[in-house]
Amino acid sequence: MTKKIKLSELGSLFGGLDIQALEGVKIEGDVEIDLGQLGFNPQMAYALGHETAQVAFHLLNISRILGYPVDQMLGGQAAAPKRLSKLIESKFSVGKMEEWKTPIQEVVLGATSSDGGSRKSTVTLGGENSLPYYFDSPMPHRNYVTMDVFDMPINMAKAVKSNYEDVINSPAEWAKKVVRDFGADMVTIHLISTDPNIKDTSPADAAKTVEEVLQAVDVPIVIGGSGNPEKDPAVLEKAAEVAEGERCLLASASLNLDYARIAEAAKKYNHVVLSWTQLEINAQKELNRKLMKQCGVARENILMDPTTAALGYGLDYAYTNMERIRLAGLTGDAELNFPMSSGTTNAWGAREAWMVSSPLKEDSDWGPREYRGPIWEIITGLTLSLAGNDLFMMMHPGAVNVLKEITQTLYGSKETEPLNIDNWVSAVL
Amino acid sequence: MKLNSPLQVYKYLPQINCAECGDATCMAFAAHLIDRSKKLEDCPPLLKDEFKKKYIELQTLLAPEIRQITIGVGEHARKIGGDDVLYRHQLTFFNPTAFAYDVWDTMQESELVERINKIQNFKKFYVGKFLRVNMVAVRCVSGDALKFAGTVKKVSETTGLPLVLCSFDPAALKAALEVVKDKNPLIYAATEKNWGEVAELAMNYKVPVALFSPDLDKLKSLAATFNEMGIKDLVLDPGTYPQGKQLKETFERFVKLRRAGIKEGQKDIAYPLMAVPLGAWLIYKDAVTASYWETVLASVFIVRYADVMMLHSLEPYAMLPEVHLRDTIYTDPRTPVKVAPGVNEVGSPTKDSPVIVTTNFALTYYTVESDLSSNKINCYLAAVDTDGIGVEAAVAGGQLTAAKIKDTFQKANFDFKEKTTHSTLILPGLAARLQGDVEDATGLRIMIGPPDSGRIPGWMEKNWPPKPK
Ligand code: SF4
Repeated sequence: MTKKIKLSELGSLFGGLDIQALEGVKIEGDVEIDLGQLGFNPQMAYALGHETAQVAFHLLNISRILGYPVDQMLGGQAAAPKRLSKLIESKFSVGKMEEWKTPIQEVVLGATSSDGGSRKSTVTLGGENSLPYYFDSPMPHRNYVTMDVFDMPINMAKAVKSNYEDVINSPAEWAKKVVRDFGADMVTIHLISTDPNIKDTSPADAAKTVEEVLQAVDVPIVIGGSGNPEKDPAVLEKAAEVAEGERCLLASASLNLDYARIAEAAKKYNHVVLSWTQLEINAQKELNRKLMKQCGVARENILMDPTTAALGYGLDYAYTNMERIRLAGLTGDAELNFPMSSGTTNAWGAREAWMVSSPLKEDSDWGPREYRGPIWEIITGLTLSLAGNDLFMMMHPGAVNVLKEITQTLYGSKETEPLNIDNWVSAVL
Repeated sequence: MKLNSPLQVYKYLPQINCAECGDATCMAFAAHLIDRSKKLEDCPPLLKDEFKKKYIELQTLLAPEIRQITIGVGEHARKIGGDDVLYRHQLTFFNPTAFAYDVWDTMQESELVERINKIQNFKKFYVGKFLRVNMVAVRCVSGDALKFAGTVKKVSETTGLPLVLCSFDPAALKAALEVVKDKNPLIYAATEKNWGEVAELAMNYKVPVALFSPDLDKLKSLAATFNEMGIKDLVLDPGTYPQGKQLKETFERFVKLRRAGIKEGQKDIAYPLMAVPLGAWLIYKDAVTASYWETVLASVFIVRYADVMMLHSLEPYAMLPEVHLRDTIYTDPRTPVKVAPGVNEVGSPTKDSPVIVTTNFALTYYTVESDLSSNKINCYLAAVDTDGIGVEAAVAGGQLTAAKIKDTFQKANFDFKEKTTHSTLILPGLAARLQGDVEDATGLRIMIGPPDSGRIPGWMEKNWPPKPK
């Protein structure tokens, strides 16, 4: 901020203020000075009173130029503390991030009948122009949660399992339950039984499960393999075929399996590819590039999973990896500006989430685990939401609830009565 | 800081390469000043009279963008602020968010002492250290200055943790300060209404002071005014609203203040920030809901820029994620987190239990360890010193070798003949190519485990115990 005034106008600015310290200083002539370009001298400010300080500083500079002995005049006054009787009125302002010029790609999951699918609703991810919830630019879409459904009973932490005991043998019922009762925006069907080391279910049988889930719910779905790199391409191909046109998310293409087959299936049957790498930004760039350049997957059909590590078990890497990816995307890296997905369920791998008590006798009491598990999932997800994650794959209904509440509050869609916090200090809690 | 390359710093150093700082050259020392791993005072020549001017100049030029202040005295004194970057990967964040837990002056004495002990005794082991909480905030609820001072006295007799004295009544603050004037407490808070008297207290008792206003113009006015009066140890509380649009705006205020301080170098507001997640208790009366929401609020502001925060819930399910998240955000990303190399027992291994190898990269190690323990697999788990690098990269980079593996067992005095019936070692799947080398180096039978420790249970079912040769 630069303001030009004439020296002759200074007098009026000093009106009514204590300018004793300037006694003996006379200004003559009519020199134009530049306010706001020169530094600010605290000693001077101290001597003159804040409201006049900035003006006076320049005045004194000028005085110095004109040969007045201002330095002598000010000497020796700095020691005594200074009392002010009036606040220095200030205005706060801060700029926006000019370097965030590139928006994150928008990706639509699910397709309604008008677009060749059978979903009632779709989910749009991405489109951001800033870090999440920042004032620079409103987030175009809220965060979404897809809840896990498995094609066979699996080991789960007790706190999770108790919610699914009635549906554990029926993926279709399970899917219905998470949408109807737990507010899932989407459903992930994990075809883990296809793993040759588990049940080795055939791709054709696995595809039947996918069809059942598509019939049971009308939200967009994610189709997950077993994580077996040899088997997954065949499983996802078959699943993609039976779900043709539904714009499902195929999870996942990675560098350690035949990603080209998964990319091909997505293109052929109109689905979205989840590009999964393990906590390594350069690998993420490489895979995205390969999917686009080598396999010809369109930008609007790519979502990234840069890997979620649980709170206390590598979340620092996962968080920073995502934040770096998002910042790179916003500042123009066209190989990284895609929306992101988090396997937030990984939080349940943390022993703090599921163990009855600490294995270490030195630790303070860990308290009841029923409460530790869900909050572990919430905080793992919330932390990544702040780094830029868009879609959350989750398991515990309570955790889903709280994560949605906080992410939607920061997104700006939660209205509440204004609260007065001015007396929090004396509140009886 | 105002300098950002070692060359710029070098210009101010004695340039005699005397190595007293522990670095061979002044240039190397300059690099440590830039990454803040060393202090100016580590260079003795610089402290001599002839370099005094340069020393003072460097002090200013190397000062962090956000002012660093100290609360409390002695071994528990806590520094807050001192940050130079907006994102941790750009350097690292300094001085982890201090957690202040509240007590209040209407508590029964026994209740008070019990609560303080819970606060000061809380600890959680993590990667070789204990995570703890740091301060006690005493709230004046009674409105009675004497009662408040009495409580503060009791608190200071019970704990050495730094104190935050909370009242908007200058008389109450003054009474409490009289009791703990040599303890360097933080006083909370100066507002638009009481600032003159609170400033007087901060000056007279020379203590750090928090300024409170959700209106950033007012907050900046307060900060500028205090600064002008020579009070520089300030903490800014831009108001933490616990819900709705007000919470969204709270988040925005933290981002704005920190961006202004670090990116735009706005000195007027470049002070440590305070969040008050405790506000969750103003809207939720049920303890579980309030604790959950408080943890959520704390997490948001641990990630985005709070340097000190006021908390209420002492429930383990609130404290554990909070201390872990703080560690997550403040861990120095420049140094890989390592565990001590060695051979550790998981569960209660017997002579028939497997012996498994992994690296000393903390993330890998703890992942494998929790995969094993959660599946109740009793075994020996060896952490090979790979300089904290994960399995795949360490095999590729030569940090995980047959010689290193052998060395790990030798140093641990682990004799396979005595400890096992099978003389067998299991390598991670991602280290399969070391099989032959390790066999030759150790003379043990080598099995290759799965590439992901999550698959160890399935692998065990098929492959363990090993079939006789
Ligand atoms: S102690 Fe100082 S003068 Fe000596 S080498 Fe180190 S930086 Fe240079």
